[in-house]
Amino acid sequence: MSTLSVQNLSVNIDDKTILDNFSLEVPSGEVHAIMGPNGSGKSTLSKALAGHPGYEITSGTAKLNDTNFIGMEPDEISRVGLFLAFQYPIEVPGVSIANFIRAAIQSRMNDIKSFKAVDYYKALYQKMDDLGMDRKFTSRSLNDGFSGGEKKRCEILQMAMLDPKFCILDETDSGLDIDALRVVSEGVNAMRSKNRSFLVITHYQRLLDYIIPDKVHVMWEGKIVRSGDKELAKELETKGYDWIKQEIAA
Amino acid sequence: MINPNPIEIDREKGNFHYNTDYEFDAGVGLSEDVVKYISDVKREDEWVKDFRLKALNTFEKKRMPTHWATKDLENIDFDVIRYYLSKGQMPSRTWEEVPDDIKQTFERLGIPEQERKFLAGVEAQFDSEAAYSRMKDDLSEKGVIFVGSTEGLKEYPDIFKKWFGKVIPTSDNKFSALNSAVFSGGSFIYVPPGVKLEQPLQAYFRINAENFGQFERTLIIADEGSEITYMEGCTAPKFETSTLHSAVVELVALKGAKIQYVTVQNWSNNVFNLVTKRAMAHDESEVRWIDCNIGSRLTMKYPGVILRGRKARGEVLSIALANDGQHQDTGAKMVHAADETSSNVISKSVSIGEGRSTYRGLVQMPGHLKNCKNNTECDALLINSDSQTDTYPAITVQGEDHSVQHEASVSKVSAEQIFYMQQRGLSEADAMSMCVNGFVNDLIREFPMEYSVELKRLIDLEMEGSVG
Repeated sequence: MSTLSVQNLSVNIDDKTILDNFSLEVPSGEVHAIMGPNGSGKSTLSKALAGHPGYEITSGTAKLNDTNFIGMEPDEISRVGLFLAFQYPIEVPGVSIANFIRAAIQSRMNDIKSFKAVDYYKALYQKMDDLGMDRKFTSRSLNDGFSGGEKKRCEILQMAMLDPKFCILDETDSGLDIDALRVVSEGVNAMRSKNRSFLVITHYQRLLDYIIPDKVHVMWEGKIVRSGDKELAKELETKGYDWIKQEIAA
Repeated sequence: MINPNPIEIDREKGNFHYNTDYEFDAGVGLSEDVVKYISDVKREDEWVKDFRLKALNTFEKKRMPTHWATKDLENIDFDVIRYYLSKGQMPSRTWEEVPDDIKQTFERLGIPEQERKFLAGVEAQFDSEAAYSRMKDDLSEKGVIFVGSTEGLKEYPDIFKKWFGKVIPTSDNKFSALNSAVFSGGSFIYVPPGVKLEQPLQAYFRINAENFGQFERTLIIADEGSEITYMEGCTAPKFETSTLHSAVVELVALKGAKIQYVTVQNWSNNVFNLVTKRAMAHDESEVRWIDCNIGSRLTMKYPGVILRGRKARGEVLSIALANDGQHQDTGAKMVHAADETSSNVISKSVSIGEGRSTYRGLVQMPGHLKNCKNNTECDALLINSDSQTDTYPAITVQGEDHSVQHEASVSKVSAEQIFYMQQRGLSEADAMSMCVNGFVNDLIREFPMEYSVELKRLIDLEMEGSVG
């Protein structure tokens, strides 16, 4: 079971309120999409949930199953089971992908001696094959000099290797061509299970043709203003965000 | 949080006691009598005694290089230093008296039990006599001489006198003069023509069998076509009661010879480590300095190669880690003095906390030479906002037939990098260590295997106190 439950979360950046009493529940096994115009607070939500030190949480809780992880260190939140696929993955020169993912896996182990290098590489190569990644990738520095598509595949590879309970995909579709979008989406779909839940943040309906959501939420000024099924995304695509704005104003 | 300076000992509070044996104690302070005393205790020939006395004179006349170096040098009080202590005066303390954080450091570096005791100063002698004498027998079959400085000058003057003090003249700087006056310990090595030593020679075994000198003097002569790798120091923290260390290391690579000199040093935070290292490279020879500096209060060290033979090649690869209260002032000197000589300098420094690292480089190519090449890369990594780095490259190139390349970079571990790595489950300290290891990784690969593994662990240890 992996249910995410966010209750009345308020987040400030430099004393400015970005999320205001935000609530959301993603039941185990479901994929929810959050859509919204720029500045609606989507990325703030993902960073705040992941424990970024630059975001001040002024109230509220966020629970994964029964664990409230608000106030934990980012690495503790990761080990609770939250994975954030970054909109802009960070470059870390000199640190190879293979070593980095290994360190991340080992950070989850009670006894580091139980780590088996052979099994690790077997699993890593399998996932890389699935994502159409060249095995030479393992020795490349993390995100260093990667193309946009390579970075996003690398995010999905890490997600697959770390086996998280709850995944946030922050605009994973941005900067991807159609082929890369398909491969990345297949990677995500392969991970869908009743024991895992997803939050997919996106501007565009396009991604949701590949990753079919159970629910779609529209975010506006730090709050969810409308929720529906996947048809809501299509409606948004046709009518634009102005339609939502008018509805709210009305 | 773990102690940010795991190797620091507060000597005021420590209960260390020292056995005193005046028979071999030159006393405190420096004078002509002290120098004579050292020479007499070592039963040296007259010419060595004269060499020392002249050096003392030079030392007294020379000014501190504070016009370009750090003013911290002025804090050295030459009058309170003991310039010679023989075996009998090695500090003694019990294992129980060794601070816990130091024991932990040994533990985590995976240093064998026996060596821990030696390194902590519990045992004056590490039981390496046996290992050394086996090695010595093996080497002497090949005609290799591997002895201490005193024995080298006494027993093999015809070999060592020719080059002793020639690569680094006494008057080179104030500290080379000081070393020339009071040197003891160090290694004198001669490798006969064509002898290629596959195993590195380790000072570790030999020096420990005598005692650690504050003023080590090393001279390595690689005769024509010979090859040698020499390793000095170890990654374990060295606990010194003396605050001034001033070594002189001279290398001579004759025609076609190859010398690789590896240093890994991890000094305690009270030490001034002021070392002069230089090599003379003859025709088609190769000299490579691999230098890793960790710890100390101030390290000043610029290994150099005088490329005096055609097609000679010089290289300096260095890593420096400056933590709180430490200043690593390191670099390289490449003096091109023959046609078609080439040199390569790669320096990486990491400044942690309020640590400061300085790169000082010197490259000289006069106009009458042809086809000389130099490549210099110096990269600095800053960990905290209080960390400091500066770079002073001095490149003098005359003439048109040379190729010179210089690259320098300064980078900082960003909060976003740390957040990204933490998001995958790594603790802040592990993320930081990984960034630093990533930074020095390509250089560490050039190190001998046994050092590279230890070095990585050591970097992890140094990083632990830097966050949080």
